[in-house]
Formats: sequence, C-alpha cells, structure tokens
Amino acid sequence: MNIGDPIIPFSLPGVDGNTYSPDDFSAKQVLVIIFSCNHCPYVRAWEDRMVQIQADTGNRGVQLIAINANDVSKYPADNFQNMQKRAQEKQFNFPYVFDENQETATVYAAQRTPEVFVFDAARRLQYHGAIDDSYEDPDAVQHPYLRQALDALLDGQTPDVATTPPVGCTIKWK
Amino acid sequence: MKIQFLYYEDCPSHEAGQQRLQQVMAELGLQTPVEVIKVETEAEAAQWGFIGSPTILIDGVDIDPPPPGTPSALTCRAYLWQNGRFSPLPSPALIRRALTGALANTQSTTEVKS
Repeated sequence: MNIGDPIIPFSLPGVDGNTYSPDDFSAKQVLVIIFSCNHCPYVRAWEDRMVQIQADTGNRGVQLIAINANDVSKYPADNFQNMQKRAQEKQFNFPYVFDENQETATVYAAQRTPEVFVFDAARRLQYHGAIDDSYEDPDAVQHPYLRQALDALLDGQTPDVATTPPVGCTIKWK
Repeated sequence: MKIQFLYYEDCPSHEAGQQRLQQVMAELGLQTPVEVIKVETEAEAAQWGFIGSPTILIDGVDIDPPPPGTPSALTCRAYLWQNGRFSPLPSPALIRRALTGALANTQSTTEVKS
C-alpha cells in the first residue's frame, strides 16, 4: 500500500468471539492496523507498547486492531487458541483477529510482524512502518513514529514521517 | 574455545547480534575467531538444532539452552532478559556469562591435563 491509499476492507474473527471489520470503528478518528503474531520476538518486545498506546490514545479517537496472518501449521504458537491466551495474558485492549487464509495480509502487502498501517478519518493511509526505533528498550526510543503519527493526525496534521522500514519477523506464508 | 554464530537471513537483527557478541568478546579480551553460519533450509535448521535466529554456540553448547524438545525452525528467536523483557537478541550479560563459564571450563580442563 502507498501513502494516501484507501483502507482495504476485511472481516476477521477476533479472539473474543466477535468478528471485526474497519467499519465497526467508523466513529474513530484514526484506525491503526498492526500485522502481528504470537511467536515473533519483535512483537513480544513491542506488544506492551501497543497496549500502552491504545490506553493512551483510545479516548482521543484512536483504535488499534492487531491481525495475525501467520501459517499456523508451521508456527503452532500462532494458532487461534494461543492468540486467545496471549490476548488474555497481555490484557490486549484492542481486537486481536486471525487472518487464517492470509488474504488480508496479502492485499495489504504486509511483510513483517509487527508492521503498522495508520489510517486517518477518511480512512486513507497516513503512516506505514515501525512502532518506534528501539525494539529492545522502550527507554531508548528516540523516534516514537506511531505516537508521532497519531498525535499529528489527531491535531489535523499530516505525520512528518509517513513511512519507515517495518522491523520484525517475516510473515509466515503458506 | 569454539564459538559459532548461527543466523537466519530474514531476521533483521543478526548483524546487531554479531556486533554484540564481538563487543562482549572484546571486553573479555577474547580474540577467538567466530564461525558465522547461515542457516537457510529447514533441513539445516534441524541438523543444527536451530530454534531461531540468532543462536550462539560455545563449544557446541547453546548459550541459552532451550527446553528439551523445542522444535527447530527458520524464524527469529525470542530471548527473555533478566528484566523480564523479550528481545530478538541475547543480552550482553547472557553472552558474557556463557563466555566466562566456557573460559573457566577451558582453564580447569587445562589445569587437570597439566
């Protein structure tokens, strides 16, 4: 996807038993889609920050959705049951949905986990890439790309940084 | 002492992992050459008992031995640091501990032989 492209609809089952699509959050000013999974250490390094970002920005009109598209036949740690466990353990405050047939990851051309796509109120892509610049140490972050993009969009501005290279595991394709 | 650094290309932090290993070795004054091994296939992963990238072996022993039965995989490896955080790289402390332990073993073996 390129900056400015419209959101691509999907409808995917969440770990809470509900099915989620972008339209479910039409009242939200900003929608953040993060391709994620269970097993990837980059995701594990960043997932507390994902929860914190949702907590900090939810009441300002931001909604995160995490999508796991990995091939669970090769990576059983990423299966739906384990997704449910992870969401409970980490107290995910956003939907965690399963793209079992990998169609959503394919149409988004997602490559890695975690990989962030941020859509504005008109549901146009405004930021694509990494959460920030330090997976290993949240205290060492110098460029909180996702937070900066969210702040800009909530202020009616365009993010200064629209794209960064996503850093993480490759999506495990079938 | 034999040091091997195994990695899977798709995991982006292997260069940072090698740098970290070299840095800790330099701090310990170790000039042992590191054998860098690129794991490219599932068969190679199985052969090495490679559970994720990067993996560091010292004298054939994983510096962070996985639980028995952990399957080999072409993926990135999660290291749990002492601060409770996960990282795709082993901590400098873990590498240092493994190297100093191996050094001590080497010295004691040498003393016994002499």
